Amino acid sequence: MDMNQYLEVFIEESKEHLQTCSEQLLVLEKNPEDLSIVNEIFRSAHTLKGMSVTMGYEDLANLTHKMENVLDAIRNSQIILTPELFDVIFLAVDDLEAIVMSIAEGGDGKRDVKNVVYQLQLIEKGESPVFSSIAETAAASTVHEKEEVTSGEYDEFELTVLQQSKEQGFDSYEISIDLREDCLLKAARVFMVYEVLEKSCEVIKSNPPVELLEEEQFDRKFTFTVVTKESSEELHKKIMKISEVEKVGINTLNLDDLRHTANAKEEKKAAVDNQAQERNALLLSENKETKKQAPVKPASSKTIRVNIERLDILMNLFEELVIDRGRLDQISSDLDNQELHETVERMSRITSDLQTIVLNIRMVPVETVFNRFPKMVRQLARDLNKKVDLEIIGAETELDRTVIDEIGDPLVHLLRNAMDHGIETPEERLAKGKNEEGKILLKAYHSGNHVFIEIDDDGAGINKDLVLNKAFSNGILTKEAAATLTDKQIYELIFASGFSTAETISAVSGRGVGLDVVKNTIESLGGSVTIDSKENEGSIFLIQLPLTLSIISVMLVEIQKEKYAIPLSSIIETAIIKKEDIMNAHNQQVIDFRGKVLPLLFLKEIFEVPVHQEKEGFLSVVIVRKGDKLAGLVVDSFIGQLEIVLKSLGNYLTSAFAISGATILGDGQVALIIDCNTLIH
Amino acid sequence: MSTTNLVQDMKVIVFQIKDKEYAIPVDKVSGIEKLLHITRVPKAVQLVKGVINLRGVITPIIDLRVRFGLEELEYNDSTRIIVVILDDMEVGLIVDSANDVLDIPVDSIEPQPEVVGHSASEYISGVAKIEKRLLVLINLEKALSLEVNENMRKEG
Repeated sequence: MDMNQYLEVFIEESKEHLQTCSEQLLVLEKNPEDLSIVNEIFRSAHTLKGMSVTMGYEDLANLTHKMENVLDAIRNSQIILTPELFDVIFLAVDDLEAIVMSIAEGGDGKRDVKNVVYQLQLIEKGESPVFSSIAETAAASTVHEKEEVTSGEYDEFELTVLQQSKEQGFDSYEISIDLREDCLLKAARVFMVYEVLEKSCEVIKSNPPVELLEEEQFDRKFTFTVVTKESSEELHKKIMKISEVEKVGINTLNLDDLRHTANAKEEKKAAVDNQAQERNALLLSENKETKKQAPVKPASSKTIRVNIERLDILMNLFEELVIDRGRLDQISSDLDNQELHETVERMSRITSDLQTIVLNIRMVPVETVFNRFPKMVRQLARDLNKKVDLEIIGAETELDRTVIDEIGDPLVHLLRNAMDHGIETPEERLAKGKNEEGKILLKAYHSGNHVFIEIDDDGAGINKDLVLNKAFSNGILTKEAAATLTDKQIYELIFASGFSTAETISAVSGRGVGLDVVKNTIESLGGSVTIDSKENEGSIFLIQLPLTLSIISVMLVEIQKEKYAIPLSSIIETAIIKKEDIMNAHNQQVIDFRGKVLPLLFLKEIFEVPVHQEKEGFLSVVIVRKGDKLAGLVVDSFIGQLEIVLKSLGNYLTSAFAISGATILGDGQVALIIDCNTLIH
Repeated sequence: MSTTNLVQDMKVIVFQIKDKEYAIPVDKVSGIEKLLHITRVPKAVQLVKGVINLRGVITPIIDLRVRFGLEELEYNDSTRIIVVILDDMEVGLIVDSANDVLDIPVDSIEPQPEVVGHSASEYISGVAKIEKRLLVLINLEKALSLEVNENMRKEG
């Protein structure tokens, strides 16, 4: 059967289940007593196994199966949780992720999982013979349960039906049918068998369930439970007449046995429940505080997956609508018709609601980036022999998809940096009188038109002298310049390229490339990053990001008859100056601006704008910055500030000078967006 | 071309620049627009007149008069922008007027005779004679290429 149409769904769901697995494993590591978490993990692993078997990825299925066994043993208290055991399970999850990723990239999902499987098997077998009696009975009944699976389980209702039919003189059979291996239309064969049985019997149960049989989600074997007056030999003959049936096995059901096992199971379940409840009660009383902090399980929301391209198309269409609305507005005010006025106004309101929704659709919670951090932090902490607790706040904060895609790597880097350089070793921490376990707080929140992400560690903080010395020796700073720097400016030095304060270079961080890359990436997103730190108390890295990259605030200016947009993020302020105030320095026109010499760039000349008329007397200047360099852009007039939709100039005009993109104004005209970074040298 | 033997007729858009008629295969054309407001792109080559807003997509515009080395003309009511698709890019061509859609028999197309010193000839893939009309078929790849133009600028 062609599985390609399901592949995408399979990959997405596998990723989700693996994510649940690793999240829950982390929770479990903190509360090893809470067996309900094991159940959660077990369920995810189980679904994953089912899916991978259906899709035919053997290694994936094999590994999940082994993992499931171990989890099952944990669930039944046969294995005691140790950090080493967690390591192996995490390793298994890593392998699973690698397999899923390779499938997503078009691979065949093959991977050498022998080592992990072997380790899992060791754990599975490595149980010590000394076990409490409860555990043993639980183990015994699990084995029993597994045997039962082939012959099916019956609930109370089905048992009653069987009982009643027996009283009325019917016989109960369990018919198991094996189809031939080369059978093509399995569902059709199942249907034929069903039809034959229906003529002379009552089918009360099928295993696997009917829905799965219809979808061909079974291997070759299936079982029907029937009540009938016909003899088993007759049934056997009838079924064997159907082509592609390989084997038919008919068992007479013994009701007393069934009742017995059902009861036994109930009891066992009750016992396990009791046990769990007792444990929970114990935990509650012992550890009320940690319980309180346990994250509330997010309510599952109804979602559909939509290709991002479709959203872009929606956005484009919507923009056209906005432009047409502007025109309609104009027409309606020209015509001065009351009814037209009202309709246009209602349309305006609807379009502005629509705008909010269209923009919101593209927003994604930062969770999608954050959720891979806990595992990374755990692994890194073990590698570094440090104890670190990562707390995440505000994972539901939403950011534009385009920003989300870019922000992952810088955050990874900052987290690694905090763990490697910030958090001290447990011994050092104890010596300093701190808690042995370091704490990193990752916090995201909205404020105005921005999203802030804060990485807050309670580690060693930044040593100012160390930073200064390093800056001197790397030639980033002169001793004279250092005297004028504030603390914050000193901290900012660690973002300079070619800077690293780590005394030994580790594989984690400290190659001296990195923090400057972090800063550049964030700035290229239109954001900024600042540091605050207190020695021996920790550091805070604060990242400020725009809500979206597709909509930016600009100042619209006019140069002769042309309109240009300057991003507000690079504007410091605007000013109107007298022509007489312009001075000449080295063939460069400058002005004295608040005690600083500010070079003037005449956009009219730089952009070779056709001149229609000269303005007299005063000049309008937009003061922009690139890093700490300032420049004044001379324009003819300011039109005002507005929010615009950023558009690319396309592939044909790849190298437009000092233009970073374009936008469409309310009147349908195109305005170009000035790239201040290329104007300032 | 092997396909020309199979296809008997070719549908083309016919347009006029100065006193000549030119043609582009209809499957390369995504639309014909009346003149819209063109935003000049600073420091772009002379060929590129700027960009327009084509239903929400920023589309670059080139002037075929410049390409063919003709004098530029004030745009008027009959000026049209023919939007063509080349390698997933949409580019608008400014022409004096767009006249017709024609089916021309493929075997009426003849290769352009080699003319020395005529700058337009390198952008032409052939000539078709229909009754008394002479249609010049445009080679879009060459006509849209910005590189050739830049080289020419450097040489000049």
